[in-house]
Amino acid sequence: MVRGWRYYIDLLWVLTVKEIKVKYKSSVLGYLWSVLHPLSLSLVFYFAVKLVLRIPMENFVPFLVVGLFSWQWFSNSLSSCAVCLLGNASLIKKVPFPRYLIPMSAVLNDLFHFLMSLPVIGFILLLFKIYPSLPWAYGIPLLLLAQFSFTYGLGLMVSAINVFFRDLERFVNIGLNILFYLTPIIYPSRLIPEKIYPYIFLNPLFPLIENWRRLFLEGALDFFLLVLSFLWGLGSLCLGLYLFQRFSQRFAEVV
Amino acid sequence: MSEVVIRLREVTKSYPGYSYITSGLKNFVFNFRRALSGIRKRFIVLQDISFEVYRGETVGVIGRNGAGKSTLLGLIAGVIKPDRGQIEVRGRIAPLLELGAGFHPELTGRENIILNGVLLGMTRREVMNKLEQIIEFSELREFIDQPLRTFSSGMIARLGFSVVMHLEADILLVDEVLAVGDSSFQKKCWQKLCELRKKGVTILFVSHALDQIEKFCNCVIWIDNHRIRAMGKPSEVVSIYRGESEWK
Repeated sequence: MVRGWRYYIDLLWVLTVKEIKVKYKSSVLGYLWSVLHPLSLSLVFYFAVKLVLRIPMENFVPFLVVGLFSWQWFSNSLSSCAVCLLGNASLIKKVPFPRYLIPMSAVLNDLFHFLMSLPVIGFILLLFKIYPSLPWAYGIPLLLLAQFSFTYGLGLMVSAINVFFRDLERFVNIGLNILFYLTPIIYPSRLIPEKIYPYIFLNPLFPLIENWRRLFLEGALDFFLLVLSFLWGLGSLCLGLYLFQRFSQRFAEVV
Repeated sequence: MSEVVIRLREVTKSYPGYSYITSGLKNFVFNFRRALSGIRKRFIVLQDISFEVYRGETVGVIGRNGAGKSTLLGLIAGVIKPDRGQIEVRGRIAPLLELGAGFHPELTGRENIILNGVLLGMTRREVMNKLEQIIEFSELREFIDQPLRTFSSGMIARLGFSVVMHLEADILLVDEVLAVGDSSFQKKCWQKLCELRKKGVTILFVSHALDQIEKFCNCVIWIDNHRIRAMGKPSEVVSIYRGESEWK
């Protein structure tokens, strides 16, 4: 059944809107919910890292907030991608719509929540006398695109593999936990010992998170890190699409 | 009855032993050898299936549990690819989903109609144009803006059926789902199915309700041991099938 691109846009639209509506309806807190979690994490890490461990840093709160919000988008997307295909099993068994739209709607849902939390980030930055600057206008879309491609590529892999190996979901959550502490989110990258520092470039999230912070805190975009993010994004997308394509023909047999 | 809308030619489908994989990575690694041989071993589900369905026919598919009936519908719907053989389908297919599939309990009835309609192949505009008709047919207007979780299962079935009935599909796949809703709604569904049939919609119908099959279909396919055992007039095929099941 071949249908026009308009239909696929509609399909992606209803799937994404469903996710968003469900998240907003299931609790009165709705919007607050998606903001409260990273904010409370910020408080906790402020206490642990700044007050107890006494990290020598100015403006630690906006530093944390920017890192945690963008991390949240990535991490939530991956956890929901892991289960998204099994959650739609009855549809997959009967309706031949393009499956790659399901993980895409999961990533877009969390992208939406990230966008909605940008005003909150902006407000906190204002409290610390950091004001919007021109580079935001092109920096935000560029970083959104880079992070979307990387997250979606990985999401495709995770969702496809989880259909077959159903405990992958657990490994994903463990992996996310490890990655969280390996990425300079609650500590600045300049504190990483010189010996280890070169290896940080193997972490695909490092250039993204680092650039989000450069952009929001210093009003500048690091070109090298941006290119690196896009390369990671492209690689992840290619591998993700390839794997997903190979596996997707068998989804209906397995779910 | 002229045009062939579904044609299967020597279609064979087998599955590997998926259970060795789907029980998880941990099991797979710890029972590696057994898992590997399990995957290599293939289970035949359907073998050398060939048949044609003409436009406007109503075909019943019968057979014991696990005979491969649902796999057959999956192959025709295009969600499962055959190992060998060809499948040609002409026209728009609509599957009748099981209860609540493609719905979300937190969304309202109205929102669910739109979601389900698009999932089943309509554009948003097409659904919006038919929204009133669908609500009317479901007889659930009073509740339509309530979240689906407040609906009874019969009401959910009505809603799902109402969407499918308005898809303007050429081929309808019905897999064992008509036994829902109260008797008056069931009657309405049968009426609607008959109406669709008169319009030239082809219906494929998997069921264990032999009486319904006899009454409703004009051709029956009996799948036994992964092959077509018999195919033809409902009264004849069903009576042989009945005799054999009783004997066993």
